[in-house]
Amino acid sequence: MAFQKHLQVNAIKNGTVIDHIPAESLFNVILILGLDKISNQITFGTNLESGRYGKKAIIKVADKFFEKDEINKISLIAPHAKLNIIRNYAVSEKKTVEIPDEIVGIVKCFNPKCITNHEEIISHFEVKNKQEVALKCKYCEKIMTRKELII
Amino acid sequence: MKNKSLVSINDYSKEEILHVLNISKDFENNKNQPLLSDKIIASLFFEPSTRTRLSFDTAINRLGARVVGFTDSASTSTVKGESLKDTIKMVSNYSDLIVMRHPLEGSARYAAEQSDVPIINAGDGANQHPTQTLLDLYSIQKTQGTLENLTIFLIGDLKYGRTVHSLLMAMSHFNPTFFFVAPEEMRMPKEYRLFLEQKGIEYFEQTKMENLEKGDILYMTRVQKERFSDLLEFERVKNSYIIKNAMLENTKETMRILHPLPRVNEIDVDVDTNPKAYYFKQAENGVYVRMGIIAAILGIK
Repeated sequence: MAFQKHLQVNAIKNGTVIDHIPAESLFNVILILGLDKISNQITFGTNLESGRYGKKAIIKVADKFFEKDEINKISLIAPHAKLNIIRNYAVSEKKTVEIPDEIVGIVKCFNPKCITNHEEIISHFEVKNKQEVALKCKYCEKIMTRKELII
Repeated sequence: MKNKSLVSINDYSKEEILHVLNISKDFENNKNQPLLSDKIIASLFFEPSTRTRLSFDTAINRLGARVVGFTDSASTSTVKGESLKDTIKMVSNYSDLIVMRHPLEGSARYAAEQSDVPIINAGDGANQHPTQTLLDLYSIQKTQGTLENLTIFLIGDLKYGRTVHSLLMAMSHFNPTFFFVAPEEMRMPKEYRLFLEQKGIEYFEQTKMENLEKGDILYMTRVQKERFSDLLEFERVKNSYIIKNAMLENTKETMRILHPLPRVNEIDVDVDTNPKAYYFKQAENGVYVRMGIIAAILGIK
């Protein structure tokens, strides 16, 4: 191996690397995945150079392997995220995220007059369009787009 | 549809809509049918609405059921901070059916999830008002003899008007042609235009009150000042969507004018005596249609 890429964030032995997170979404990704509440070793880097996406962030979670439903929760704010599953310092599997058909919790309805913003109700959206991200609130039936998302 | 809540007009299939309209006709012919003398219906009006509430109360009384409830949340424990969930949980233990009007959007869907008895949405903010839509359909069917293949003009505020959106969705079962008449700022939203295109339903958009001779139904709505971001624009268009008797000369003999009421000035009072004016009769039909909806949900008809 003549060319050794210099790592900006230390390698992990076993676990998951979530790469290509838009830098501005890093802390929301941490919140959505509940990484602030687990005891695993976590390293992250942000404002790293990325050819394709400008500034990106990366998270490495030791000894953690996400379920599909769990990881798809970040698809709204990090649609191009790539997951590398690491076993014994080597990438054993690569995964991408996918926007699910329904989004439960996570996002707040953008309509201030929606009942979900006035009582303790878990928000629930039907995904009407995955490319442009259009979410229809199950309750007030308003449709919101990516720029209106409130996490 | 027995025991099924009516939250949005989209909850009903074409067959269910036609079933309700059918039994409503029977109630119009026989107004007093005390079929529900063993039932208690809760009427929860978290915001005042004279027309809708009196229409429901009349329907319930004509069916022989008893009503419990309130006409304004100021006199309830909502002011003490009780949640909608708790109010609904409690009331659904007392009654066989709940009629609810609430200022917040989505409150009816949420109430239907929490309630053990069916909910009829009598308006949830600017969201849905399905009993209005059913009475509009009833009025159209009654005046035209059919719902199929009609030309419907929707006039006024097509952007925010929930009645025109629900009517559009409901009429889409019956192969209509639509004419949308609205100022640029109040245009029919894109999602509804796309919906019609996907269903292959023809529509025309215009900003002027023209082509009225083609219409079977003129459905009028209010153009409200508070909806405009640009008040100059409001001043410019506010008198453009008014219907006057003289404009009705070349319209079809069978054409009828509908309006969800209350009107402000969008229908000139000189139209009221024209046989094509149907809006007051339309409001009366609301009682029969609400009798039909209640009877269908409680499984009597």
